[in-house]
Amino acid sequence: MAERRGDRHRPDDELPVYLARPGAADQASRQKHGGLFCRVRDAFESKTIDFDALSVGQRGSRTQRTGPEERKSPAVGRQGGKDMRTCGVQQNMEDEKSDRLLIKGGRIVNDDQSFHADIYMEDGLIKQIGDNLIVPGGVKTIEANGKMVIPGGIDIHTHFQMPYRGTTTVDDFAQGSKAALAGGTTMIVDHVIPEPGTSLMEAYDQWRQWADEKACCDYSLHVDITHWNDSVKQEVDSLIKDKGVNSFQVYMAYKDYYQLSNSQLYEIFTFLAEKGGIVQVHAENGEIIAEEQARMLQMGITGPEGHVLSRPEELEAEAVFRAVTIASQTNCPLYVTRVMSKSAADIISQARKKGNVVFGEPITASLGTDGTHYWSKNWAKAAAFVTSPPLSPDPTTPDYLNTLLASGDLSVTGSAHCTFSVAQKAIGKDDFTQIPEGVNGVEERMALIWDKAVTTGKMDENMFVAITSTNAAKILNLYPRKGRIAVGSDADLIIWDTDSVRTITAKTHNSAAEYNIFEGMELRGAPLVVICQGKIVLEDGKLQVTSGAGRFIPCSPFPDFAYKRVKARKQLAVLRAVPRGMYDGPVSEFSMSRGGTPSASARTSPTKQPVRNLHQSGFSLTGNPAACGPPTPDEVPIRPAGRRIVVPPGGRSNITSLS
Amino acid sequence: MSGYQGKKNIPRITSDRLLIRGAKIVNDDQSFCADVYMEDGVIKQIGENLIVPGGVKTIDAHGRMLMPGGIDVHTRFQMPDRGMTAADDFYQGTKAALAGGTTMILDHVLPEPGVSLLSAFEQWREWADSKACCDYSLHIDITEWHKGIQEEMETLVKDHGVNSFLVYLAYKDIFQLTDAQVYEVFSVIRDLGAIAQVHAENGDIVAEEQRRILEQGITGPEGHVLSHPEEVEAEAVNRSVTVANQTNCPLYVTKVMSKSAADVIAQARKKGTVVYGEPITASLGTDGSHYWSKNWAKAAAYVTSPPLSPDPTTPDYLNSLLSCGDLQVTGSAHCPFNTAQRAVGKDDFTLIPEGVNGTEERMSIIWDKCVVTGKMDENQFVAVTSTNAAKIFNLYPRKGRIAVGSDADLVLWDPDVTKIISAKSHNSTVEYNIFEGTEVRGGPLVVISQGKIILEEGNLHVTEGSGRFVARKPFPDYVYKRIKARSRLAELRGVPRGLYDGPVCEVSVTPKTMTPVSSAKTSPAKQPSQPVRNLHQSGFSLSGAQVDDNIPRRNTQRIVAPPGGRANITSLG
Repeated sequence: MAERRGDRHRPDDELPVYLARPGAADQASRQKHGGLFCRVRDAFESKTIDFDALSVGQRGSRTQRTGPEERKSPAVGRQGGKDMRTCGVQQNMEDEKSDRLLIKGGRIVNDDQSFHADIYMEDGLIKQIGDNLIVPGGVKTIEANGKMVIPGGIDIHTHFQMPYRGTTTVDDFAQGSKAALAGGTTMIVDHVIPEPGTSLMEAYDQWRQWADEKACCDYSLHVDITHWNDSVKQEVDSLIKDKGVNSFQVYMAYKDYYQLSNSQLYEIFTFLAEKGGIVQVHAENGEIIAEEQARMLQMGITGPEGHVLSRPEELEAEAVFRAVTIASQTNCPLYVTRVMSKSAADIISQARKKGNVVFGEPITASLGTDGTHYWSKNWAKAAAFVTSPPLSPDPTTPDYLNTLLASGDLSVTGSAHCTFSVAQKAIGKDDFTQIPEGVNGVEERMALIWDKAVTTGKMDENMFVAITSTNAAKILNLYPRKGRIAVGSDADLIIWDTDSVRTITAKTHNSAAEYNIFEGMELRGAPLVVICQGKIVLEDGKLQVTSGAGRFIPCSPFPDFAYKRVKARKQLAVLRAVPRGMYDGPVSEFSMSRGGTPSASARTSPTKQPVRNLHQSGFSLTGNPAACGPPTPDEVPIRPAGRRIVVPPGGRSNITSLS
Repeated sequence: MSGYQGKKNIPRITSDRLLIRGAKIVNDDQSFCADVYMEDGVIKQIGENLIVPGGVKTIDAHGRMLMPGGIDVHTRFQMPDRGMTAADDFYQGTKAALAGGTTMILDHVLPEPGVSLLSAFEQWREWADSKACCDYSLHIDITEWHKGIQEEMETLVKDHGVNSFLVYLAYKDIFQLTDAQVYEVFSVIRDLGAIAQVHAENGDIVAEEQRRILEQGITGPEGHVLSHPEEVEAEAVNRSVTVANQTNCPLYVTKVMSKSAADVIAQARKKGTVVYGEPITASLGTDGSHYWSKNWAKAAAYVTSPPLSPDPTTPDYLNSLLSCGDLQVTGSAHCPFNTAQRAVGKDDFTLIPEGVNGTEERMSIIWDKCVVTGKMDENQFVAVTSTNAAKIFNLYPRKGRIAVGSDADLVLWDPDVTKIISAKSHNSTVEYNIFEGTEVRGGPLVVISQGKIILEEGNLHVTEGSGRFVARKPFPDYVYKRIKARSRLAELRGVPRGLYDGPVCEVSVTPKTMTPVSSAKTSPAKQPSQPVRNLHQSGFSLSGAQVDDNIPRRNTQRIVAPPGGRANITSLG
């Protein structure tokens, strides 16, 4: 989590001068705020931070200083400042085709701090960060004018081009990733949903093929586990080892379809904890939902309001609670997708307080709007909001979730972007259970969170970066390649305009859907320039994307962010048996199989022939056979044990005596 | 509420007349000094200077507390388990109960799956009628679920005086029901006006943990508690609370053994759920550290499910919640097995028959842990040991109160007596007492059951078979007043809308046979648009004016959808 700084991170011009933070337009007022960091110089050594750039007061003066970044820059080697210049230039001359880009005068915002520096990118990588960079001539330069440069957003949950009963979501990878880029998101993580019974690997290949063809930005994949057996287990194993997948989603909902039982969840969690994967859960109690749906339909409620009525908030919270319990039993990191309600979020924050490794992912929809629209008279509008878990009808929910996001109780944000056209939604026009589920949000995510959380003062810009990008990268084990502006990181950046105000509408959005669930919402904050893989994708309001340019980014298992703690706990969690002597007293006879008729007479005292049960052999008993004539319950004194083996009267051999 | 439902016992006790003089009568709401006169097993008069017939046996209470006899809401006497039977049968068990000041027990009927509830019920009635020494009533455990069970439940509630059913969330593949089944059971229970009891542990996880722990070579009783972690109990409590909320059904959690489970109940109550929690003598009086005892037989004696929490501060915590009202009733879950029976699981803790003693110790332990320590007063003590149970199970005010017309089940309580609990002196038949060596202060001086003196001067006089079955009516006010009000409010209504007349995407009927289309650009305009009105669904017919008539609608173009799929009803609005 980003550490919080004392100063508030509102758009600077809104603040009085005495509160203005470093980076405000007024240069005179910021003196030595960076000194806070300078004092603990060594603490940041492992990070790629330019400390000199922190001394914001001197930024404009362009003195001859060599930042540590430049020294560390792989392009220039570890030489002195002078050599480096020539060296850098020479190297850059070699490759004319490569994309070279310089962002001047931006305020770099990472999840831990903000500082002023220029950024030089080449070949899709950030090559240099600092003041007075030595760059080749003729490099395209963007003047940021003190605006924030933040790592491109990572939308950790999308469903582009998702097949649904013979149709496909209207936003395919091209359309979807275009919308993502338009909103400042430079990487998406899509869910592979294999139909139950089909191979995970095939589905994964299919998704890879679709995405490689079309995606305009980098992507990665989660794989959903929709059924569980040994072959799935092997596939999961090879997906982790060879295919760059480290997160798998399981469903606690969609009864008789995707839903897995608690025992299966336990096995999956155990297995993934071993292999270093992240377990994601779709947390809703599917069994009760199925019952509630039947009840709603019986009552004649067939519209979209039935969707939310049959999936009450409690069922989400219950499933989250259950998932947390299983995860804590199996010592497996847990990731709850789509946190839609207050009570589910509460369970997550409680679990975190108890020390569980749990991450919660609210989505654009739950952060930006609420479930009152399910009661809209306009069927198509109401249906557009249908997603699972549903949006909470409680209108204070978005605010609450934003607060938890700001406090760090919820860790990442996705969009669960999965749009269907009205005609597709209309499959369920007479039966809400048939409405395909999914809402838009990939494009709106960054702006919406900025508007709801940063402009309202709930979080600062660093936290904004953490929850829109950095935490996701950490969970996926892509950090610091993604989610950070540092030398060597991918050149996925946004220049963020805190002042632009935009009204969201389906008329202008980049999704193919007719409805936008945030229709009419006015949002402050938007990307001004979006750079993806070192190329300018959005500039001056113009979006230039290349379908198929997106690369698959493999994720490796055991992300430190989640697993450091888990590993430590695993070492502690060794259970030990109590060393005891052998029990040598009498043993009752019993039948192994339950389910017999209860014997009519209660007096079927266990006094018959003691049969040693050969199925059970924990350790073999030498010496004493394991049985003897036990007492009938109503004989007092009981324990006629003495006749069988030689034990003292009362069956009190040494080991069983009252201590 | 008055009048006997039991048939056979009235003649035997008709002539019992008894006067208790100078007692401090303690009910759950107040204490006052008065004399009590009983006749025919019923309290006839309360007050001072009572006019009573001559020659009545008189007990002088000397200002001691006279309280309603305890009600042990959870016993399992004579319970069959894999061909064995719990060591205490109804005679031994009720005798122990009476010795401890408990004058009524509620036993659990546990039908093996596949056996009809009614025949199991009859079986238990037969056992209890022939042996019980105090009044009793029965809970029925639902161990499987189908239509026939539902009918049997109806019969049991209507004709047999049962108003509580227990479902198991644990014991996978034996008793455990799925969430969907639990939902259905709860719905039925609510409609019948009964109480849903739940054994709350996540059986799936427990089964997995048991396997894991056995694999690790842990076979002793400590494996039992390791495989039933506290969290798993709390999870199941949370889940059953959720289901109960959904079905608007009152919930009763049996055997609250851990802090976290109790916390879940307390939280749910704060949110307004009708839920009751029942800690048992064992969880109030001892903890789970004994599972690690070197003495196998001792460790095994503590095996019960959910297990005793290894956290030694648990009893104190549960006693506090009991005192503040977050937990309401106390049982004993008395189901002891002797050591030879326990030894069935000597090489595998999962086979150890489960159950602890506690019916005899219940009143004294609670007095000692709660009243002596100042957590609760004597009135609250009466509430948690007797009155609340009577209210929840619709026995009030016949049981659980000292009032004219109530049953003459009374205890004259001595708050000063101290006793050391030991298997040597207890009334149960088992060799071990899990409270062995505990010194408790407070105990019954005189116990009166059905108007007869059962315990006096340390002598116990019980009559086998004198216990009557007490029938209970459904819809106890204490529980159902709120439920009824809520079910009136909880009506849901659909939104009246015009018919959707836009294009509808074609869909393959079975979701499983989908083949992913590689082109995603299936624009909605191209979708074959035949708005077929589904005739199976007819929520409401549309005739005349609609709320959204102001939206211009082209009724002319019924089938032909405009390009882009934007029919008027789907316009942004």
